[in-house]
Amino acid sequence: MVRILGALVGLFFSIMLIWAFGVGAYNFVTDPPQKTAEQWVQKNFPMEHVSWSFNGPFGKYDNAQLQRGFQVYSEVCAACHSIHLVAFRDLKDLGYNDAEIKAIAKKRQIPSVDPKTGEAATRDGIPADKFPHVYPNDVAARAANNNAIPPDLSLMAKARHGGADYIHALLTGFREQPAELLKKFPDSKTPEGLHYNPYFANLNLAMAPPLAGEGQVTYGEGQPKPTVDQMSKDVAAFLTWTAEPKMGVRKATGFPVVIFLLFAGVLAYLSYRSIWADKEH
Amino acid sequence: MSFPWAEHYTPKNPVMKWVDERLPLPRFIYNAVGAGYPVPRNLNYFWNFGVLAGIALTIQLVTGIVLAMHYAANAGIAFESVEHIMRDVNSGWLLRYAHANGASFFFIVVYIHMFRGLYFGSYKAPREMVWLLGIVIFLLMMATAFMGYVLPWGQMSFWGAQVITGLFSAIPLIGETLHTWLLGGFAPGDAALNRFFSLHYLLPFVIAGVIILHIWALHIPGSSNPTGVEVKGPQDTVPFHPYYTAKDGFGVAVFLLIFAIAVFFAPNLMGHPDNYIPANPMATPAHIVPEWYFWPFYAILRAFTVDLSIPFTSIVLIPAKLLGVLAMFASILLLFFLSWLDTSPVRSGTYRPLFKKFFALLIVDVLVLGYCGGAPAEEPYVMISQIAAAYYFAHFLIILPIIATIEKTDPLPGSITEAVLAKAHKNDPAAAAVAAE
Amino acid sequence: MATEVQGAEAVVSEGEGVRRRDFINIAAVSFAGVGGLAAVVPLVTQMNPSADVLAQATTEVDLSAILPGQSIKAVFRSQPLFVRHLTPAEIAEADKVPMSELRDPQTLEQRTVDGKTQWLVTMGVCTHLGCVPLGAAEGENKGPFGGYFCPCHGSSYDTAARIRKGPAPRNLDVPAYKYTSDTAILVG
Repeated sequence: MVRILGALVGLFFSIMLIWAFGVGAYNFVTDPPQKTAEQWVQKNFPMEHVSWSFNGPFGKYDNAQLQRGFQVYSEVCAACHSIHLVAFRDLKDLGYNDAEIKAIAKKRQIPSVDPKTGEAATRDGIPADKFPHVYPNDVAARAANNNAIPPDLSLMAKARHGGADYIHALLTGFREQPAELLKKFPDSKTPEGLHYNPYFANLNLAMAPPLAGEGQVTYGEGQPKPTVDQMSKDVAAFLTWTAEPKMGVRKATGFPVVIFLLFAGVLAYLSYRSIWADKEH
Repeated sequence: MSFPWAEHYTPKNPVMKWVDERLPLPRFIYNAVGAGYPVPRNLNYFWNFGVLAGIALTIQLVTGIVLAMHYAANAGIAFESVEHIMRDVNSGWLLRYAHANGASFFFIVVYIHMFRGLYFGSYKAPREMVWLLGIVIFLLMMATAFMGYVLPWGQMSFWGAQVITGLFSAIPLIGETLHTWLLGGFAPGDAALNRFFSLHYLLPFVIAGVIILHIWALHIPGSSNPTGVEVKGPQDTVPFHPYYTAKDGFGVAVFLLIFAIAVFFAPNLMGHPDNYIPANPMATPAHIVPEWYFWPFYAILRAFTVDLSIPFTSIVLIPAKLLGVLAMFASILLLFFLSWLDTSPVRSGTYRPLFKKFFALLIVDVLVLGYCGGAPAEEPYVMISQIAAAYYFAHFLIILPIIATIEKTDPLPGSITEAVLAKAHKNDPAAAAVAAE
Repeated sequence: MATEVQGAEAVVSEGEGVRRRDFINIAAVSFAGVGGLAAVVPLVTQMNPSADVLAQATTEVDLSAILPGQSIKAVFRSQPLFVRHLTPAEIAEADKVPMSELRDPQTLEQRTVDGKTQWLVTMGVCTHLGCVPLGAAEGENKGPFGGYFCPCHGSSYDTAARIRKGPAPRNLDVPAYKYTSDTAILVG
């Protein structure tokens, strides 16, 4: 009884699926799906894989790079992009001391209440504060940015495929739309007010190239030259840190744990073999 | 438990004796996982996965309870509370990554455990109840995991909840009402998030209860074994402790090693970047996909692209969306009937040559379905998943019953011991010669 | 014949084998135990205050509005903070008390910053079981010693917030603070 009903149900679904397959195959042959502009671009402009200092199981953040990246963020990106999951005190990870962090915090204004009148006001930041939002709300953000909201960057390195590679590719990827693309996909012409970038998922983004040329940010003594590529790498590394401040601790803890478990595994195996030594199985 | 040669619990420690006389818990443990539970001596490593599933559940329970001390189930602050755990709570990053990856590992282990059951015929009499309870556990796991994934309130959390709860509206007549009742609203929001948190906390304990029934049901007939031949006497078994406690200990060590490598060195490998974007009801992600362990079922859901309609008319009997929902649920529910679909008198796939071939096809099929489920809903993935889904239903509902009746099975060994000795002597002919004397 | 000798050898090595077996089992279980203990550590430490709580702000208090004889209740690390502007009479009263009479001997000078003896900054938490004593706000009962009075079990503090009567074991705690100007302090 079960088998009869089961066979009927199975036949029903199988037939529906074969039918759907048939329709789909017919459509595929008579009206094949067109490659989209995005697919063409992704195939012809693969992302560069940078060898970051923090790649791999033994990778670590390079504090000098993170500090340069923070400088790039502060001087270029912070005008529109917040990193409001990061607190000023977190910057201690980058090697800044307490006094430097107090100074960094003090430069930012944090929304607060006037203690005498109760009206909305701002106060100097303290290390315990988080980086403030740039705009009071989404409407203000859109109004100031051509109807686009500059996203918060705290987690950007984890919120996109490719992470730091993506951020670096995006920042160095602004260019003229290739003629071949326009010829194949005339619809993909960059609309007015947007900027072509092959690494952006929708190909045209509202942000103008933020790193326009060399020396936009001045690095300190002994640091590499602030080329667009270098600044992009530095800010990408910094944003990887904002997304994963605990990466260093994570890998450092993981190492002894894995060694311990390898050892424990070997012991467990020897124990198992010794217990089963007299039993054929 | 019905093996007459099973050791009896005789406590030598006076404290244990005192407890056992008043509350027979020590003897239950002894009879369940101690020296009082005879187990076939020939179990292979596929039999480790039940215990590993228990370990995975324990990891989830412990990390989950601890995470709940810091998580805030309110749509406005849920995402930030998770980041608070990752950044500010002591070892919070470790607990969060352990819990997220623990869910994936729980499913890996349970899938292997289920495929062991399928291959070795563990679902056959007299262990049908063990199998049925197992499917119940699997359903509870899926519900728990689905709700858990919503809690961080990222883009995939929100949109995954939107898609899956939206499926309920496909049910005719009561669908819409059911949909708004489930959500407590018209779209996933605060109401849905809070109730998902409550249920996500509750269900794992229900799972633990069903696991107790699952193990209890198993211990009535005792464990099966790779030959599928039932235990005939004491020479066929070894006491669970220390033989299988030791083997399971080794298995747990290997499991934890792989788990640690994932948690510490590739914690976001099995996740989706979009869930690090706070939920935005106004912006749909490019490709909505659930977590990988749902991909085969997602592929089946999306494979149904044509309505069931009367040809040459525009009368639709069952719309494609509803077909997909029915098929997705059917693909899991048919497992309940497996014991009655596959009527072969031979239990283990080891001695079923035809069954083995189709089983291999099933594995490939499920992997293909899984791959398609994670891919965008475009050609050629849709066409491939249609064929793969058709095979899935055909395998369980048509092929298995037919094989059971027409298959010529290999000769079974007389007993477990016979099979063990045959294998040992195959590897060591000198010993065979000695034994023959 | 050969099998007999073989049998004896087997017995001897089995004896040694048993000892070796026990050792490896003990080693394996001990390792597992150590691992288990190590795993418990993060489960326990996660309950400690998180980094954002530890970084909990310092509190600034503006003293300019507090007249002599007045006191205010501020908040420091989510707990009440009493800031009291002592009058010269109250200072004299505090200085008069001999150390032998005090359960927790401290002078007023020890409990205030040099040169700022008139500013008494203490936590507003009774050292008995944690109630908030009365006496900081306008019109509240200052108790028999003119300082603070805890309504829960009757602990009475004097003008230097030292325990004089009742079950509290210590004087009201003085948090770390410093003067950022003549009229403002930074606590914490």
